[in-house]
Amino acid sequence: MNNQSTFGQKMKSYMKHPASFFTMLLVMLGALLTFTILIFLIVYILAHGVPYLKPSLFSLHYTSENASLMPALVNTVSMTLLSLIIAVPLGIFAAIFLVEYAKRGNRFMGIIRLTTETLSGIPSIVYGLFGMLFFVNTLGWGFSLLAGAFTLSIMILPLIMRTTEEALKAVPDSFREGSFGLGAGKLRTVFRIVLPSAIPGILAGVILAIGRIVGETAALMYTAGTVANIPSSVMGSGRTLAVHMYNLASEGLYMDQAYATAVVLLILVVGINALSSVIAKRLTRV
Amino acid sequence: MKSKTWNEKFMQGVFFTAACASVLAVALICIFLFANGIPAMKEIGFLKFVTGERWKPGNNIYGIFPMIVGSIYVTAGAIVVGVPIGILTSVFMAMYCPKQIYKPLKSATELLAGIPSVVYGFFGLVVLVPWIREAGRGLKSMGLIRSSGNGNSILTASLLLGIMILPTVIGVTESAIRAVPKQYYEGALALGATHERSIFKVIIPAAKSGVIAGVVLGIGRAIGETMAVIMVAGNQARMPAGIMKGVRTLTANIVIEMGYAADLHREALIATGVVLFVFILIINFSVALLNRRKERE
Repeated sequence: MNNQSTFGQKMKSYMKHPASFFTMLLVMLGALLTFTILIFLIVYILAHGVPYLKPSLFSLHYTSENASLMPALVNTVSMTLLSLIIAVPLGIFAAIFLVEYAKRGNRFMGIIRLTTETLSGIPSIVYGLFGMLFFVNTLGWGFSLLAGAFTLSIMILPLIMRTTEEALKAVPDSFREGSFGLGAGKLRTVFRIVLPSAIPGILAGVILAIGRIVGETAALMYTAGTVANIPSSVMGSGRTLAVHMYNLASEGLYMDQAYATAVVLLILVVGINALSSVIAKRLTRV
Repeated sequence: MKSKTWNEKFMQGVFFTAACASVLAVALICIFLFANGIPAMKEIGFLKFVTGERWKPGNNIYGIFPMIVGSIYVTAGAIVVGVPIGILTSVFMAMYCPKQIYKPLKSATELLAGIPSVVYGFFGLVVLVPWIREAGRGLKSMGLIRSSGNGNSILTASLLLGIMILPTVIGVTESAIRAVPKQYYEGALALGATHERSIFKVIIPAAKSGVIAGVVLGIGRAIGETMAVIMVAGNQARMPAGIMKGVRTLTANIVIEMGYAADLHREALIATGVVLFVFILIINFSVALLNRRKERE
């Protein structure tokens, strides 16, 4: 819509309509503000944090001297893996049911849709409370990686379900018909034909979910706890990088390390986002 | 052949069970929150709990009205800050942005959504809080306000939350604007309206329900935000005294005190979570209503 008139014509029109000119300035200002804030935030944290990325920050044991982020990083990885192991199969299977098996306009579908929408709107602190009440207390798991992972997997379930649903719907019906025509059953069609063609879309969703897990704090403080070292098993308490970062910043004793931890978190999240969009792009090319 | 059909049936059962997981999760969340929170409300007295202006767990006084007001204030502040900027940015993205820079800008807004709330909170702590503190001192020395506060304030939390809801508002509003048929815009142009006039007098009104849905989603995000708010809001559990003064939100109340709470205190915190949860359910419900209306249009 920008190439319909030349710059000179545009300026002439703006001279005639000062209100429009003013509005245009306002729009530009708004957009400029948004992107300036983002760039400022990233540059500020990088500039203050990168000088503190010292080797001692990556030692395998946390002590009150080094405030190492390595244990938290390891915990983040195990938390991510555990949550994905629980949520990914569940989310994919649920999406398969919704897209491939359920009849359109089924009332049960409506209920599932409503509950997944509700789940995706619940704030993380409410998940944290629920995880504490259910997994930590009622099931008696205590503050543990497992309790944290189960809490997070409920949190990311709607995300995985929605992205998988969209990916499955994007697979053309002719694929399914071809497979049926060759004599394959429903199950075989789903696993051999439909799922493989939907993988890039599903993967993009899973990576977005990883991003949410890595950045999560409120849901983990009272489920996985805040122990700063690597637990010996999944039943032990351990804090992830985001929780670690919150503790450093709120204690106020390790501001330099907090800056460095923020850099690591930011790089992780930017990397994860980039990966997801690369994969999603490959999806649209197919 | 027979084993195959058995297989099919078995897997269909598995898929169905998986689909029920989200229903089960919502049911469990409701049951556990309400079962643990409502007894405390009863013991304290529902009205006393919700409208009580004093929160003094040491004296067994549990009134969360200051926190309810606090949550509403910072959310309103976030809307005032975030919604105009968000809508203007989405107009830019949908109607002004040159094609060459659209993709990088779009991924920039996605990145804005991906940055963890602790990182936002930290940014607020080290950048916004000192700024607001200095600004407060400046205003005080000019005699415009009576006390400057220490930078941890409603204003700081509103600014930070305003930034944090930007991606939500931008994403939903942009797709609502793009969903308006092109003829509307072209018709307005043909009638002699300028580009801007067509956008703000024709397209935005046509995209109204989508824009409102974006704002309501932003409200949901702001009211539920926890870690970032805790790091910049000061967290005093009393009635907020001005926008340069500290405030505690419902979410902050839970996280700050849950670590050492016991008995009725602990249950009162869970009841705080119930109140928050009810707020969120109302917001979710209105989003669903808005979306349904949009579909009907």
